[in-house]
Amino acid sequence: MVDLSFPGLLNYWFVFLLMLIGLYIVIAHENLIKKIVGLNVFQVSVFVFYISVAKVKGGTAPILADGIEVYSNPLPHVLILTAIVVGLAMTALGLALVVRVQESFGIIEDDELRALEDQQEDEGNNA
Amino acid sequence: MSFIETHISVLVVIVPLIAAPFCILLRNSVTAWAWATVVCLVTMALAVQLLQQVWLGGTISYDLGNWPGPWGIVYRVDELGAFVVLIVAALAAIVLPYAKTSIEREIPKERHYLVYCMLLLCIAGLLGMAVTSDAFNLFVFLEISSLATYVLVGIGQDRRALTAALRYLILGTLGATFYVIGIGMLYQMTGSLNMTDLATLLPAVQDTRTVHAALAFIVVGFGLKLAMFPLHFWLPNAYTFAPSAVTVFLAATATKVAIYSLIRLIFTVFGDIEPLETYNLRFAVIILAVAGMFAGSLMAIFQTNIKRMLAYSSVAQVGYMILGISIGNALAMAGGIIHMFNHALMKGALFMVMGCVMYMLGSVKLEDMAGLGKRMPFTAAAFVAGGFSLIGVPLTVGFVSKFYLVQGALLAGWWPIALLIMLSSLLAIIYVWRVVEMMYFRSPAIGHGQMTEAPMTLLIPTYVLLAAVFWFGIDATFTGDLAMAAAESLLGGSK
Repeated sequence: MVDLSFPGLLNYWFVFLLMLIGLYIVIAHENLIKKIVGLNVFQVSVFVFYISVAKVKGGTAPILADGIEVYSNPLPHVLILTAIVVGLAMTALGLALVVRVQESFGIIEDDELRALEDQQEDEGNNA
Repeated sequence: MSFIETHISVLVVIVPLIAAPFCILLRNSVTAWAWATVVCLVTMALAVQLLQQVWLGGTISYDLGNWPGPWGIVYRVDELGAFVVLIVAALAAIVLPYAKTSIEREIPKERHYLVYCMLLLCIAGLLGMAVTSDAFNLFVFLEISSLATYVLVGIGQDRRALTAALRYLILGTLGATFYVIGIGMLYQMTGSLNMTDLATLLPAVQDTRTVHAALAFIVVGFGLKLAMFPLHFWLPNAYTFAPSAVTVFLAATATKVAIYSLIRLIFTVFGDIEPLETYNLRFAVIILAVAGMFAGSLMAIFQTNIKRMLAYSSVAQVGYMILGISIGNALAMAGGIIHMFNHALMKGALFMVMGCVMYMLGSVKLEDMAGLGKRMPFTAAAFVAGGFSLIGVPLTVGFVSKFYLVQGALLAGWWPIALLIMLSSLLAIIYVWRVVEMMYFRSPAIGHGQMTEAPMTLLIPTYVLLAAVFWFGIDATFTGDLAMAAAESLLGGSK
């Protein structure tokens, strides 16, 4: 069993705290920009998670040089570079969509948008 | 071996991937379309070649950039992978010729080249998911195809397409990130990302809570992407408001590839652990699958927008596939796999019919289809034929998949499941019949009496798909053999 006792693996506790904060923002907030920001917080927590995994106690940066014996695992760093790019694309696309939503509906609150959509649905049925 | 034979498994991915940006350079609507169509036909030819090579010569392993696994990224294509590649490439090659006419009607001219570019990127992402044997590479391809999909959904003409795309983006990103968390945990425990390598390393740590959590994150993450009930809320609106041609392609391929990835993870990566047995998940997954079958079909019955009705029907059909892979014997597994192919054919054809209706009427509302049997006889007939397959009438592909599934359920000794499969088919009769009744037994609204058939460029691809629906429904040896071989190697690998 992995020991999740309190101070031992402190950074993982913070990672999951951050993860839950991000998830909560996505679920609880109606404002679409806040939802996108929540997604970002959620993703960043995963980045921190990977970087924590890569850390080797007493290790330095993985650079080939004399006298460096212990170094952090560079692979998760590379993976997270990729994940950051993916996250950036997601954020850009999400915000672009929010702009288009604002242009065509005039609001960016999810609950109000839902009401507007239902209204359009009903009108479509009567027409 | 020739150049193409050696590099076939990477070529199917990089051909559409490299071709995509050229659509942006071409700009012009017609040339971008012609370019994308040629690329899709080439990809299709490569997919056929790939399947042939795998079928005759066994699993292909390809080290990307000559970096050997488990350190480098390895592409590994077995029967199932090649089958999924063929599904995606074939549907792309049929959708592209259809797309031109449909997209010209539904999307402003200055955005056409973007649609074709995004379609190619989406195809590249989906094909990449099918061939890769690297868990993190899978995430990258998943996001390539997903991001392209969000754009394709959001480009629809109705303003509700924007909110549908945004909600899909939020849920899709959550799903993909859940998957990354799961993979991170597996990497933490094993130090490997290569799927075959993971499969050998995982049994040693299978009783740790980290691995349990990783499996949970992975299943939920892909559950979101493949619209497993109750994680399907993004799907109906995304399929309803996306442009018709886009809906055809997405409904036929996107969820299937996600299911394929889940199969890959459960039966290859976690294969030696047999997670469905070890963690007592089988019963839970079966309940969700059956609930999805009924909830999707029931929701479909009450829809007045026929595109949304078909979307809810997709949720139900995903239930059949999940049921097939979770029962646990080769017959049921083959049923699930064969249904991926069969459902791609029939749902593709049905959404193409909706594209024809949208083209002529500008609406896919049920009440607007009154008297369609007289006004657009070929389109209406195509809907009836596709609907038959959705119900599972003999001689159609829908019957073949349900035959395998029922047999698999009976073999496992679970006759209630077999009964439930039949019962849910009855629900399909109800929702298909509502449309058929409206098309054939109601007179058209005043001023809509004359016959106006959809153009040939839309009808021919629709009928090509329908021909496949009946062809593989009458002679299922090709799909049946392939699915059985894939199912046996998946389950065999776990023993």
